[in-house]
Amino acid sequence: MTYRVHVRVMPRGGLLDPQGQAVEHALAALGFPGANEVRVGKAIELTVAAGSRDEAEARARQMCDRLLANPVTEDYLVQVEDA
Amino acid sequence: MLKVAVVRFPGSNCDEDALRAAELVGCDAFYVWHRDTSLKGAEVALLPGGFSYGDYLRSGAIARFSPVMQAVAEHAQEGGAVVGVCNGFQILCEAHLLPGALVRNEGLSFVSKPVDLVVERTDTVITSAFTKGDIVRVPVAHGDGRFVADPETLAMLEGEGRVVVRYAAAGAGVEANPNGSMNAIAGIGNAAGNIVGLMPHPERMVDARLGSAAGLPFFRSLAALGAGSRT
Repeated sequence: MTYRVHVRVMPRGGLLDPQGQAVEHALAALGFPGANEVRVGKAIELTVAAGSRDEAEARARQMCDRLLANPVTEDYLVQVEDA
Repeated sequence: MLKVAVVRFPGSNCDEDALRAAELVGCDAFYVWHRDTSLKGAEVALLPGGFSYGDYLRSGAIARFSPVMQAVAEHAQEGGAVVGVCNGFQILCEAHLLPGALVRNEGLSFVSKPVDLVVERTDTVITSAFTKGDIVRVPVAHGDGRFVADPETLAMLEGEGRVVVRYAAAGAGVEANPNGSMNAIAGIGNAAGNIVGLMPHPERMVDARLGSAAGLPFFRSLAALGAGSRT
């Protein structure tokens, strides 16, 4: 089976996110004063060939732990769906 | 003659400066390529600055999995000298050879300017030629140079005295902490002092004719390893 995997990598809460701050200031300058707590992360999409959905998710988590996210500074969220 | 391998990744751009700095202090310096699987007998692995693999994903994240990094890690574990400058420091952190991480500068700007460093630790492979408390002016040039670590790691680094160089207070012509690093950390080492990473570029300041030779003692420290004082 092939599964589509969505990985969301975000800077860890509490860690200064200067990109998020810059975007927040830009939104305020554009006239969106209510936009707060902006944080900028990244989204990674891939397909994984695996025997089951659980296996696909486990593999994706290993990918995150080893490469896609930095465990020191980032948190990740993995979502798996049928391709 | 001390053998120094300058590890070239696709996107390294301080490799020639690093090689020449090592040669200047009398080392036998040569390049190894990221696809090489050995350090070719080198006693020092020098990971230069640059933008390995275009800094894709995170600075140093892809370089970490280069074939040559296995050799670098083994060399480090055997107590061999491993030094990472700028992108080299980022790679060492990504490879977990040093703790913490280097993330986007606080002000978002790429910072390219001279800084003053306080040498806080002299029992490492690149700072033995200094006296504790020495102030050294060398340039930084990075976009992702803000050192961060979780509170426990930070306390460990400070408690064990593993901060090697720290950004000094603002002085004549220089600013303090140019990137927002925690505790103004510019470079750290492992406990034994054989693995060191730093964001500033001593290799760019090794010849008075090109502005300053303030960075030379870092390389003299390396060269001294050849005299039998190998850490």
